[in-house]
Amino acid sequence: MSEHHHGHGHHHHHHDNHFTDMEARVKALETVLTEKGLIDPAAIDAIVETYEMKIGPRNGARVVAKAWVDADFAEWLKRDATAAIASLGFTGRQGEHMRAVFNTADTHNLVVCTLCSCYPWSVLGLPPVWYKAPPYRSRAVIDPRGVLSEFGVTLPEATRIRVWDSTAELRYLVVPERPAGTEGFSEEELAGLVTRDSMIGTGLALSAEAVR
Amino acid sequence: MNGPHDLGGAHGLGPVAPEKDEPYFHAEWEKRALGITLSCGAFGAWTIDESRHARESLPPATYLSASYYEIWTRALETLLKRHGFVSQAELDAGHRLEQGATPKRVLKADMVAGVLAKGGPCDRPVETAPRFTVGDRVRTKNFNPETHTRLPRYARAKLGRVEAVQGSFVFPDDNAHGRGENPQWVYTVVFDGPEIWGEGVDPTLTVSIDAWESYLEHV
Repeated sequence: MSEHHHGHGHHHHHHDNHFTDMEARVKALETVLTEKGLIDPAAIDAIVETYEMKIGPRNGARVVAKAWVDADFAEWLKRDATAAIASLGFTGRQGEHMRAVFNTADTHNLVVCTLCSCYPWSVLGLPPVWYKAPPYRSRAVIDPRGVLSEFGVTLPEATRIRVWDSTAELRYLVVPERPAGTEGFSEEELAGLVTRDSMIGTGLALSAEAVR
Repeated sequence: MNGPHDLGGAHGLGPVAPEKDEPYFHAEWEKRALGITLSCGAFGAWTIDESRHARESLPPATYLSASYYEIWTRALETLLKRHGFVSQAELDAGHRLEQGATPKRVLKADMVAGVLAKGGPCDRPVETAPRFTVGDRVRTKNFNPETHTRLPRYARAKLGRVEAVQGSFVFPDDNAHGRGENPQWVYTVVFDGPEIWGEGVDPTLTVSIDAWESYLEHV
């Protein structure tokens, strides 16, 4: 896994005579499928562009920010997350059956898929590597506080932790608590406080000072 | 199956190590792997359940050491061969050698936006009423099928309570093996930490799974 990780600011240069195993393997697969007319390389480009440019955690941040400022929307999100989220234009692959779970003063929600990598793509985009990797998938259900500490999150001892293992086709979006001192913030400013990790449960929303 | 994918509660797999400002992709091939996997899924030749089972059926040592895009790629090769679209000889040669199966659909660039926006809903109507209601005490079944299931090992033979009736959905244990969609009611079942992990567990912990009706028994 790690041979493809490179330090920040570095770019990996590809040379035709120096493919890694996976580069060669995927290249062979794409070539065979293209020659057989089974895939359209331009469709692959379009898929990649969609998840690099259009579908990502800013979608989810808009959902959360709206829930923070609009009690009716929050209620709808609780009752029928798929429809409430669709009303903002976020639908589709791996977001067909959405559920929103709300953090409160005494309960923190954490989402995992121990069996594979189920993740709400329509609102969070592609899952990060750690979400799909064995350490997170193994420990989130048995040692959530230990996992949270690796994200720099320490919760009060009395806070109840609820872990949602996405074993079926429901996809979970955590609605973090609205940070203190954000009265009067615009929806857009609020969305700027909503991190991807806060919508998985491995983080909290940023504090008010982050945007003002 | 009790495969390498069923990771809940395993020890020794290391720290989570989140990467700051993680890029969407760590190599160009990962982009292609994503696009190829989704494009081939659009053939309509296999279900998401069959593809999950292909991934969890990789050799355990391979599964645990591979990145997720590598898992996807290796499983996709299995599916493409199983359904007659490519041969191992073609993968070895890196070129077309023979005529293979014809898919129902080839995903073209102008179809991508529509296909991704539509997704693949897997809720299906069932004719029976739900056997369980919110608040019911239930016990998950104890079984160890060699085939696909979405009841994790850590949650088998455990006492929990039904928190929500989530609707009726395609049953993956059957659908992964071509036995039909056979939809069932799905419930969110929540367990207290000690019921799953025994003594020493964080007393504030509860864990839920989403369980198909046949995974559950009345207590």
